[in-house]
Amino acid sequence: MAPPSPRRPGFSRRAHYSLFASYVAALIGALVGLLLMVTARFDPAGHAALQGFLADIFAPVSSAGRGTGAAIGSAFDDVGAYFDAASKNREMKLELEAARRDLIKGKADALEVRRLKQLAALVERLPEGRVTARLVSSTGASSRRIAILAAGRADGVVSGQPVRTADGLVGRVIAVGRHSAHVLLMIDGGNIVPVKRVPDGAPALAYGLGDGRLDLRPLAAGTNPFNVGDIFVTSGTGGVYQPGIPVAIGIRHNREGTIGRPLADPSRFDFAVVEPEFAIPPPSPPEPGGKARQ
Amino acid sequence: MARHPRSRIGRSPSGIQRQGVPIISTMIGSMTPILPVIATAPVMPPWGLLVLLAWRMLHRNFWPVWMGLPLGFFDDMFSGQPLGSAMMLWTLALLGLDLLDRRMIWRDFRQEWAIAGALIVAILLVQLLISYTNGGATNPLFLVPQIAISVLAFPLVALGCAALDLWRLR
Repeated sequence: MAPPSPRRPGFSRRAHYSLFASYVAALIGALVGLLLMVTARFDPAGHAALQGFLADIFAPVSSAGRGTGAAIGSAFDDVGAYFDAASKNREMKLELEAARRDLIKGKADALEVRRLKQLAALVERLPEGRVTARLVSSTGASSRRIAILAAGRADGVVSGQPVRTADGLVGRVIAVGRHSAHVLLMIDGGNIVPVKRVPDGAPALAYGLGDGRLDLRPLAAGTNPFNVGDIFVTSGTGGVYQPGIPVAIGIRHNREGTIGRPLADPSRFDFAVVEPEFAIPPPSPPEPGGKARQ
Repeated sequence: MARHPRSRIGRSPSGIQRQGVPIISTMIGSMTPILPVIATAPVMPPWGLLVLLAWRMLHRNFWPVWMGLPLGFFDDMFSGQPLGSAMMLWTLALLGLDLLDRRMIWRDFRQEWAIAGALIVAILLVQLLISYTNGGATNPLFLVPQIAISVLAFPLVALGCAALDLWRLR
């Protein structure tokens, strides 16, 4: 015989009612969950405030452990260097990385200078309120790629600001708590960054794939002019991201686009810089006249 | 033997220990996203869900069916999914298990594992659909490793919960 179950409460009317009430509560709760999800779709700000509250509490915990996490990551690197049978290998890699960073920056600067010479009308708003903070943790179980930054509204972080490291672009702030912020990583499946190839400025869009890579789609339809090894930086089109932040390097050529690896390795993030949103100033307003003047 | 252990006859563990251990262990499972690791792909199993299912399998009448609501709410706080998604899915999973209890009364562990695996796969896929409506666009194929790890990790979690259960009822 099966064991007696409180889900089959014999003749007790009270037990029947309380069981029925628990089912009603569960169903209504599931509906409330659905409603919450729908409202999250249309009013992200309120939900972000709630989720930001708990992130605020736990960001210091993650932050304290982050140093260990980075140390473990670099320990694996050390073992790797040993197996490559050359301790110099690592130094050279670092040098190469620094050199590549400088090279990208130089190329991007050269392109920028040429472009600015052509259209001097564009005025960049100079960065004033930069915030440097630690990226502490991320949502590993979710299909979204969201990281927690250990700086929030109290430090001057505002929703929508781009986040970068010395290596390149990280992502964009999507929600801000008091002492922490949620950063949507560039590699998230829902993120799009306007980019350009460095030597010639061929425009493209970088879509996150959600698995740590980026899909670089050229804006010109038909052919794919990009190759493996091409380097892409932000173009600054449409504002938000400053032009010239390194984004990705092409690693595989497709018919429609190129798969890229982000230049800022997300698993190695430590400190990141939150930059003010880049804004292309609006065209100067026309002289007020006619009806406006009284 | 230096000391005779205190007799446990007639002594029952406190209500906090009996009721609290499953709830707190599920909440700790939900809090794994605060670990200081930045993942580039969805590879971490949803620990909170695994612990919830393991407790539910261990004691099928222990929690009322609405228990998925508060625990799911807590999970939503950390998981990165929109608020309300785990609330709804966990509650629906518990309701489904309740229905299943009427059909399959005697189950062995392999059957429990299969049922839990099916629920984990279904919930991960629905979570992906939910993240689509919120602007995510991850290829479903990228979830395959996560699904495999989660299903394979379930027996380990169940083992851990069983050990906790022994301690809980000491």
